[in-house]
Amino acid sequence: MLDCKHNTELLSQSYDRPITLRERIAMRMHLLMCRGCRNFEKQLAFLRKAARELPRKL
Amino acid sequence: MSDIDPEALQAHRSHLIRYAMLQLRDPNLAEDVVQETLVAAIESRAKFAAQSSPRTWLVGILKHKIIDLLRKRAREPQLNVAEGEDENELVDALFKENGHWADPPQSWNAPEQSLENAHFWKIFEQCNQRMPLNTARAFMMREFMDMTTDEICQELGISSTNCWVILHRARLALRECLDMNWFGNAR
Repeated sequence: MLDCKHNTELLSQSYDRPITLRERIAMRMHLLMCRGCRNFEKQLAFLRKAARELPRKL
Repeated sequence: MSDIDPEALQAHRSHLIRYAMLQLRDPNLAEDVVQETLVAAIESRAKFAAQSSPRTWLVGILKHKIIDLLRKRAREPQLNVAEGEDENELVDALFKENGHWADPPQSWNAPEQSLENAHFWKIFEQCNQRMPLNTARAFMMREFMDMTTDEICQELGISSTNCWVILHRARLALRECLDMNWFGNAR
């Protein structure tokens, strides 16, 4: 079972490399049970969006 | 729009300087690279077509100039600064020994609205500047310059695993900083 620390690593890597099916399933399982990581997942998506918008906002 | 005069280009200067500063954190280097960008823009302004805004076009040129500069400097030994310890400390502080969150992330209230708030962008910029230089640099190559991790590894001379670790730390640090300083979850 993935712990939160490793789950956040995988969530982050999913923005940088293709994630295997096994990894994806492990992440989904963890997220089902962990509210903190669900919040983290949404916030990662927000960080990417914000960073990509930054050049236009400076 | 197809007629870009040198004066109009100068008007974008401060925007370009801020963009370059985020990546380089050195006023002199930022100044130089923006100067080069403006010169290149003036020289090639005939090629500027109205399909993009002048700013987008200028940022496009600037990105290339920054990448060239980083590439040149990567060959110089002084850029290979060891990563500080403080990032490991951050990860250690965020998670307990059993790998659970020490303090699980709380949800953020209406984050989309923040994107329209000028003050949010100030905080965002400050949070970026608070990251250690190499971490911030890798993060910006990935997110602002839209480089692949392979390209980043190559530029920074690090392995892809190392690159993923650095990018992950950057996101943890940025998340934490915004959480405390903007979304009001200071504890």
